[in-house]
Amino acid sequence: MQTPKTIIQKIWEQHVVHQEEGKPDLLYIDLHLVHEVTSPQAFEGLRMTMRKVRRPDLTFATMDHNVPTRQRLVINDPISKKQIDTLQQNCQEFGVTLADIHHPDNGIVHVIGPELGLTQPGKTIVCGDSHTSTHGAFGALAFGIGTSEVEHVLATQTLWQAPPKTLNVKINGMLGTGVTAKDLILAIIGKFGVQFGTGYVMEYTGEAIRALSMEERMTVCNMSIEAGARAGLITPDETTFEYLRGRRHVPQGEAFDKAVAKWRALATDEGAAYDAVVEIDAAEVEPQVTWGTNPGMCIPITAAVPNPAEKEKPNERDEISRALSYMGLEAGQLISSVKIDHVFIGSCTNSRLSDLRKAAAVVRGRKVSPTVQAIVVPGSYSVKLSAEKEGLDQVFKEAGFEWREAGCSMCLGMNDDIVPAGERCASTSNRNFEGRQGNGARTHLVSPEMAAAAAVAGHFVDVRQFTAQEVG
Amino acid sequence: MEPLRTHQGIVCPLNLTNVDTDQIIPKQFLKRIERTGFGQFLFYHWRFDDNGKPRPNFPLNDSKYKNASILVAGKNFGCGSSREHAPWAVQDFGFKVIIAPSYADIFKNNCVKNGILAIQVSEEQVQAIMKKAESEKYTLTVNLEEQIVFDHEGFEIKFEIAPYSKQMLLNGWDEISVTLGNEEKIKQYELTQN
Ligand code: SF4
Repeated sequence: MQTPKTIIQKIWEQHVVHQEEGKPDLLYIDLHLVHEVTSPQAFEGLRMTMRKVRRPDLTFATMDHNVPTRQRLVINDPISKKQIDTLQQNCQEFGVTLADIHHPDNGIVHVIGPELGLTQPGKTIVCGDSHTSTHGAFGALAFGIGTSEVEHVLATQTLWQAPPKTLNVKINGMLGTGVTAKDLILAIIGKFGVQFGTGYVMEYTGEAIRALSMEERMTVCNMSIEAGARAGLITPDETTFEYLRGRRHVPQGEAFDKAVAKWRALATDEGAAYDAVVEIDAAEVEPQVTWGTNPGMCIPITAAVPNPAEKEKPNERDEISRALSYMGLEAGQLISSVKIDHVFIGSCTNSRLSDLRKAAAVVRGRKVSPTVQAIVVPGSYSVKLSAEKEGLDQVFKEAGFEWREAGCSMCLGMNDDIVPAGERCASTSNRNFEGRQGNGARTHLVSPEMAAAAAVAGHFVDVRQFTAQEVG
Repeated sequence: MEPLRTHQGIVCPLNLTNVDTDQIIPKQFLKRIERTGFGQFLFYHWRFDDNGKPRPNFPLNDSKYKNASILVAGKNFGCGSSREHAPWAVQDFGFKVIIAPSYADIFKNNCVKNGILAIQVSEEQVQAIMKKAESEKYTLTVNLEEQIVFDHEGFEIKFEIAPYSKQMLLNGWDEISVTLGNEEKIKQYELTQN
């Protein structure tokens, strides 16, 4: 009998082009996603060495980081504009398909890949962007790379990669009512730290994962990098196949059934060994809010901000004090007492249709607090259109949200959407680093439901009580 | 890429953990389409206040560390965004070597591709170097061939590095040329996929 294998090992073995003693493996890349910020220097490298894009047919580009969300085509910042123009020129010169700024396929790279069916189980997928881990939700091996590697993939369609160690992130039991995929991944990072995945590819397993929709799975895998893991994936199942059926780049008809049979065989074998395992009880997860300056600094909505004086290690004390001071919070303060100035619903973590539906359900018939400025930025043009068809834009607008065009927007503020210094934002994005949403900005990561509830209340609230109370 | 065999330089201490690439190079500086010129923006908001004045307490502004070329930092250095602008900024500022207890995977890869040696040693060893560098102008020498870091007072530590990364750095290889040497294999692989 063959040794049982994990899905990670199976995908790896299917993609090794060349192996040699003392070297990493040469791995074939099935899909290369490209965006405007991390690609210009790579294309320039090709030009200087007179190289071509080896497989334009496996390369797909979009622009998302710099795009304005008020008026799509008016880019005030000349340097942003130059980066966008450069991608257009590069794609034309090298024959790469581009979801241009005015193209209906445009959107955040990690939202449109799955939408278009480019993302499929068993593929190796890379992009010059750390949240490429999102695509792991489909059972693909997907990871972020730097610009030198982007150039390498453009030129060779391969990468030198050392086989990763495997980590089973086992989620036991089911999530409670009102607890979301975002809360789950934040709680995992909160429990095990921002570094426990470094050097590993993670596989999320367990009943609670199986119960998640594709969009929820993407939220979980998206933040694998926040735990240090370049890639995090989920074995594909019926939920995956149903999501993919009929999408543009997915095989159709009989070919689809064949593909499904192949995808099914990827599942981790019974008894396969991982290099490491961590476990968490889903039932103990509560809605989360980050209080500090990395995603591991999070607590349940019912809890208080930590007190550095209670920590034993001096460096831990320093780290907490530093974060509290940046965030303008008092040690021991209840997180639910923290008032906010901004709400951002968007980003590749939580800007898909179901995210918007859930947030809309919370704000329907309510008003955004007068002290809060709230925006919704759909993840793609297609999400925006679908949401508008359902009237979600009206729900948000009536509540006092601004309804914007698609893009990365306030997740990192490379366009005009910035949180001013010292102001506080409840954000559905993935990074609460110092200055991430603007120099001096204070970011609290939450789920779309929690962000919506905070927008209405003007401070953080437990969305579970919030909905029960108001509706009941 | 320039080969790196040995290097001697002044050590600049950055006693912080989980330094993310958003701090190393903030997003407003990612819009350039060149690989060069990022050094002036390195640790921008830590180095400069809101009026663009240097913050006196930040080590990179301390005259003691002027011309430092070895950066020593806390664990999980370079976490977060995959932006290669981070190592470009580190290098353009003048750093050739980083010493830390651990690095984020993507950042570490990006360093190798740019000829920056990211040395990983224990937390205690990093703290020992950090202390020295914080108290005085401290020079270290790195020998990559031997995989050692030492000073002139007898302090010496050995470090581990993946053999491939070591070869890349020692030889300053252009990785794409190396890979294209295997082009037949890539072609064969592609044939089996159709
Ligand atoms: S939404 Fe944010 S995290 Fe996602 S790709 Fe854009 S900038 Fe990166």
